[in-house]
Amino acid sequence: MKNIDSRTHVRGESVYLDDIPVIQGTLFGAAFGSPVAHGLIKNLNLAAAEAMPGVVRILTYKDVTGENQIGGIIPDEPLLAEHHVDYCGMPVAFVIAETDDEARAAVKRITIDIEPLLVITDPREAQAVGQLIVPPRTFRLGDSATAWTACDYIVEGTADTNGQEHLYIETQGAYAIPQENNGIKLYSSTQGPTAVQRAVSKSSGLPMHQIDVDVTRLGGGFGGKEDQANMWAALCALAAHILNKPIKYSLHRMEDMAMTGKRHPYSSDFKLGLDKDLKMVAYEVTFYQNAGAAADLSPAVMERTLFHCTNTYFIPNVTATAYSCRTHLPPNTAFRGFGGPQGMFVIEAAIAKAAEELGVHASVIQEKNLQQTGDEFPFGQKAQSEAHACWHKTDELYAVSEIRQKIASFNSVNQLYKKGMALMPICFGISFTNTRMNQARALVHVYTDGSVGVSTGAVEMGQGVNTKMLQVAAHIFSIDSKRVKIQSTSTYRIANTSPSAASATADLNGKAVEIACIEIMRRLKAVAAEELNVDVTSVSLKDEWVYVNGQQTDWDWNRLLIAAYAQRVSLSEHAHYATPDIHYDKSLEKGHPFAYHVYGTAIVEVTVDCLRGTYEIDAVKVVHDFGSSMNPLIDRGQIEGGIVQGIGWMTMEEVVFDKAGRLRSNALSTYKVPDIYSVPKEITIEPLQTETENLALFRSKAVGEPPLMYGIGAYFALRNAVLAFNPSATIPFDAPMTPEKVLLALYHVNPAQTSSYAQTQTANDLAVNP
Amino acid sequence: MITFILNNKEVSTSMPPGTPVLDFVRYNQYLTGTKIGCREGDCGACTVLVGDLSTNELRYRTATSCLMPLGNAHGKHIVTIEGLNMADLNPIQQAMADESATQCGFCTPGFVVSMAGFCLSKKSPTPQNAIAAVDGNICRCTGYKSIERAATRVAYLLENRHDQNPVQFAASHAILPAYFATIQARLQSLSSTPNGELANEVPTAQRVGGGTDLYVQKHDEIKDASIRFLADNTDLKGIRQQGDQCVIGSATTVTDLIESPLIQQYFPDFKQYTTLVSSTPIRNMATIGGNFINASPIGDFTIFFLALDAELTFREGDSVREIPLRNLYLGYKTLDKHPEEQLEQIRFSLPNKQARFNFEKVSKRTHLDIASVNSAIAITVENDVITHVRLSAGGIAPIPKQLINTAEFLTRKHLTEALILDAIAVAQTESAPISDARGTEAYKRLLLGQLIKAHFIKLFPELKVEQLLTLKV
Repeated sequence: MKNIDSRTHVRGESVYLDDIPVIQGTLFGAAFGSPVAHGLIKNLNLAAAEAMPGVVRILTYKDVTGENQIGGIIPDEPLLAEHHVDYCGMPVAFVIAETDDEARAAVKRITIDIEPLLVITDPREAQAVGQLIVPPRTFRLGDSATAWTACDYIVEGTADTNGQEHLYIETQGAYAIPQENNGIKLYSSTQGPTAVQRAVSKSSGLPMHQIDVDVTRLGGGFGGKEDQANMWAALCALAAHILNKPIKYSLHRMEDMAMTGKRHPYSSDFKLGLDKDLKMVAYEVTFYQNAGAAADLSPAVMERTLFHCTNTYFIPNVTATAYSCRTHLPPNTAFRGFGGPQGMFVIEAAIAKAAEELGVHASVIQEKNLQQTGDEFPFGQKAQSEAHACWHKTDELYAVSEIRQKIASFNSVNQLYKKGMALMPICFGISFTNTRMNQARALVHVYTDGSVGVSTGAVEMGQGVNTKMLQVAAHIFSIDSKRVKIQSTSTYRIANTSPSAASATADLNGKAVEIACIEIMRRLKAVAAEELNVDVTSVSLKDEWVYVNGQQTDWDWNRLLIAAYAQRVSLSEHAHYATPDIHYDKSLEKGHPFAYHVYGTAIVEVTVDCLRGTYEIDAVKVVHDFGSSMNPLIDRGQIEGGIVQGIGWMTMEEVVFDKAGRLRSNALSTYKVPDIYSVPKEITIEPLQTETENLALFRSKAVGEPPLMYGIGAYFALRNAVLAFNPSATIPFDAPMTPEKVLLALYHVNPAQTSSYAQTQTANDLAVNP
Repeated sequence: MITFILNNKEVSTSMPPGTPVLDFVRYNQYLTGTKIGCREGDCGACTVLVGDLSTNELRYRTATSCLMPLGNAHGKHIVTIEGLNMADLNPIQQAMADESATQCGFCTPGFVVSMAGFCLSKKSPTPQNAIAAVDGNICRCTGYKSIERAATRVAYLLENRHDQNPVQFAASHAILPAYFATIQARLQSLSSTPNGELANEVPTAQRVGGGTDLYVQKHDEIKDASIRFLADNTDLKGIRQQGDQCVIGSATTVTDLIESPLIQQYFPDFKQYTTLVSSTPIRNMATIGGNFINASPIGDFTIFFLALDAELTFREGDSVREIPLRNLYLGYKTLDKHPEEQLEQIRFSLPNKQARFNFEKVSKRTHLDIASVNSAIAITVENDVITHVRLSAGGIAPIPKQLINTAEFLTRKHLTEALILDAIAVAQTESAPISDARGTEAYKRLLLGQLIKAHFIKLFPELKVEQLLTLKV
């Protein structure tokens, strides 16, 4: 089934936040962000801005009617800065004016005197001075300290990954409309309507039942709107509450890029020990997460890094420690993979380093150490592993050794171009690692005309969750899918929702829809049994007809509904689902946090232009563990999109901050995401169809995040191509592998001497409309 | 008053002519299918079609409406996604839907409009050309493979078009709404409407060509500015041969150059070079004069024409001044140009049969990106001796630069691998790159040398590549 929004999407008729018709009298907001990354506010001068045409009011922290606080996990993030600023772009004031242009013109007239304080942008520096968001955590399996003696080979090193800008094409925004008796109707481009509702409630002082957050769809989220939609919604709601006027703020791209957090950069130390059979014996790893200036979701992201620190391998002795380091960058946040990719990059780097030192292909080490069913993860869960199945099917289908030979013969006759390849097996846990978030509710109404309305906590952002919800309802009721409508996501209809995140949205909300529909069906069958005077166990519904003992009757869906209504039987149901079996004990760092894992293996092939340092991704060939896909079209789209986003993170996407904490890659002209020419020439996806019972919706495993990590293979394939040209190249494990890093590695230019910090002249040139 | 046809309706507006078309269609006409992604022409979510009669036949090109002032829409047909809708999905939309080429949907209208632009162009209907038509559209969800599949299907829609007029073909085959067949006649009667307001004679008026740089750099100020529009000034258009020279009007767009038979004849690889330069809608809008006057140290066409040693003609009232392009740049974004001077013409000597030419560019993303370093060379070698050479490079100094010392060093010498390596060393002495978001100094120096090697490897296949690919820098 195609995405149910396809028709309105291709006609430009789908409604996003900025497309909602504006109510008369609406005012427009714009935030003034700190121009300095760290300092004490000495004076905030609003007079010139207040005198600008159209300006209605400028709000500061003094105007906050509730608590000046929007922090989700930890209350460490003010809505508007009070006496100090912690990052460039931190909102200090919120201008309300009659038009969008007037609000922005006034923002430019605000001046601020700040006494600068020391700016830290490097997580290791922050850790060294004790600037941690939460205490460090350590996952342990076996005893790595004593295991080194059992190792024949030991490699050590560091591995760094840069951040990643979400670059949802629809920027952040909110539109708050005051209702009678202090209520607020709030349109927000958020993955977490309840998170927005809580932040608005806290900062405005209004109870949650006064705040209806309503979301039709997002123009992309990728984690960037999981927690970071709260700020804009809370500012608009506060202004609406104070002024009793509708307030809208749709961020400009540069505001969005400068003021919101990104994927966490990590710097990590690793030590890996192997025995003479290349079995991994011991692994120690320390992660320094660059959390930015406030917690946001960083502690949870850090936790998932630890959960995925051994990727899909079994290592009997592991010590993994992670520090969430407070720096003066915008608070970094969720991004597809949620810390998992950062952890997986490090183990792959350790394997690559061992392979390079031992003169074997990394894939030899990878294959020998793939996890078996029953193997224990460092956090105690026993694997139900498809790792071998995916790896071997990959080899069987795509013939790894043939690819290797082809590449070798290409490389032997080509001087200007070299090819490289890498295998990237993945294993990704599905569930929110915070166990209590693994719950969802659905509200299903069946109307007497035969149409069905479904509300859930799921937010549609392109991942196709609404289509899957619709499939569930149509399937359980056995009715034409045209009869089902998925309603907008509203906190008035579904309360206390978890954000659409962690790849688990379809599972959680879909199971709730399933439960609700089954309950309504139970009642409908009872009505049919009574009307037809048969035993209820003999009744079934198929393709909108009532069957008794497999024989079609003359009762159809509509007739049955009218009869049920006449009998005063409820045609509505509000159902609740909580993932069974999962638990986690943080004091022991042991438990069973994931409903299941998703596995897969990818081959990534690249060609490097050894003259120019540029490269192309030739192919990505995947075997992916779908379980049993309930929507192959949507799932394929998720995999293709995830792969390309992962490759972008590993290759061209480079978030550049200067030493003063100012974002230099602050626009699409300086921050490059893949375009249609930079994607793999070929992406082949073969399903691993498994029959094992799992907790996925219709046994169709979650597919949102896992494929992003196939992209990590691009980094290692590029590395191998560079080594084919220059076998003695020293290439630090430092993603992304930009054309710059490729060229420097090809020609032995010491990367340590280079620095990516911008000088003023071109920096100003690049920072258009700062 | 600015008047044009918006989709199937004639509209007139007295909004400031500097207003971006994007804001007009979204917030004045409430056509919200045109999306805002970046407001700097880099994402393509706001792509519209611009139909005009300047070549005496109705010709459509895509434009990013965020960078297009209303003044440049006057007398034209502007088409948004709404103007492509029919009762059922049009076949482009159907292909996008069938291939699941839309996920969050926010970029989708831009892709559909770009593909419609392809269907209205005379480009041969190959899948490659259909994909090239969306080179200015960014999608963050799909990974593009489904969009490639949809584009391939769109190309097949035009299989039987052959020499038929693209607009008539699209309208009569229900690829696009039937009203497209009426536009030529409607524009003809519209263009007879005089438009006094656009002939702005205020001396201090901001000159705007395609707007592709100004609307990025001065987004907020320019909306209400007094503007003199140059893009449709026929005196500033055209590409023609005068003796052994080529004369180009300053308002000539990049697409005009690509489509020029004269340019194609003398620079057979021109189209290839230009795939590295911005994107289809930006090439449709951006003018060559704008590229020079913008004075970016890495302007692609500045570098291109520096290697051709182009001459510029400026006019101020009745007085005319000629100046070589290489002397235009005094310092970072500082020009030898009076504020009221108007760049009229670009002239250069057409290369003779012995001359060889090449353009190189490397950026973080190969396409639709600003160069880290770019370079061009025009070189003549007779009997293994370099008789004439001009070399230019961008991204290595505060100004786009002709590498005069390097060229002098090369001239009258035997072309050997060793000479090229020595020339690179000379080139380093006349470069002073700085570290910025496009690369570190060390990288730009290395890259400059590599691009000089690339020129020679491409133009002189007999050279021994292994002697140039030395690992020592």
